[in-house]
Amino acid sequence: MKCADFLSELTNYLDGAIDARTKTELEDHLAWCHNCYVVCDTTKKTIEIYRDSKLYELPEDLRTRLRTAIVSKCHSRKKSGPERV
Amino acid sequence: MSAIQPKIGEPVSDELALVQAAKGGDVEAFEKLVRRYDRNVFRIAQHITQNREDAEDVVQDAFLKAYSNLHQFQGQSKFYTWLVRIAVNEALMRLRRRRPERMVSLDEDVKTEEDSLPREVADWSPNPEQQYNQAELREILTRTIQGLPASFRTVFVLRDVEGLSTEETAEALDLSIPAVKSRLLRARLQLRERLSRFFQRRENGKEKLELEKLQSEAEMPDNEKPETGDTKQ
Repeated sequence: MKCADFLSELTNYLDGAIDARTKTELEDHLAWCHNCYVVCDTTKKTIEIYRDSKLYELPEDLRTRLRTAIVSKCHSRKKSGPERV
Repeated sequence: MSAIQPKIGEPVSDELALVQAAKGGDVEAFEKLVRRYDRNVFRIAQHITQNREDAEDVVQDAFLKAYSNLHQFQGQSKFYTWLVRIAVNEALMRLRRRRPERMVSLDEDVKTEEDSLPREVADWSPNPEQQYNQAELREILTRTIQGLPASFRTVFVLRDVEGLSTEETAEALDLSIPAVKSRLLRARLQLRERLSRFFQRRENGKEKLELEKLQSEAEMPDNEKPETGDTKQ
């Protein structure tokens, strides 16, 4: 297996979406190819850092304001009947 | 190396009942759906539009559009996937309106020089995120993801931040499964490469230099500067 082959399977490997045989081949490659090991490990870290990052949390006061507006508009649409978009 | 553990979502067993009730005009049932997904819709919208006010508008418009079109929701997909599809379309519309000079499409399959084998293979520090305080880390992550093309950013956010499956992401974005996989791989590799600049192993103190460079790059004219959303709080 070449590094390019490994990379093309990287997403499936990280998502656990591969069969046992391909997984073994990929892990054999990882055992000797330091570059691919680092790419794989740091890509996994990249995903975990973003997943745990809490970017763009919706502040509670804004959340309440948006929900109140949505609910009030739903009530007025209900009165005027369903809208066909 | 183990596979990534997906986020475990809240139970959705009562969801169809809520949708049915809302279809029948029960606004309280719909409000429960809003409470369940408003944070997700806001996050997705802000990642796509890169603008706080646009993201607020997307939250309102997406939920209202969903409410008005509930009769079209057939229950073949999850309500959340259906809602995300509406929200993504609203967000892209606002992004296009704000940046008419740049073609914004989920179909764009942007080739960049970063697509080939990663060049930067220096290993990272053991706990890279701990080298920075929370505000610094947020700035690094925000600016890094903002640098990706919209089509890559959106796939990455739905799959890796929000935890949608490949199939759900394809459905929400109206893309084929191979197209989702290809964009996801390239988004992950590009983010990894760009973050290496901040997180790679180096002598103590040197990593802060990269942060200073990032901050000075940010001092560009206002009309070119992406909004982080933190500046308006």
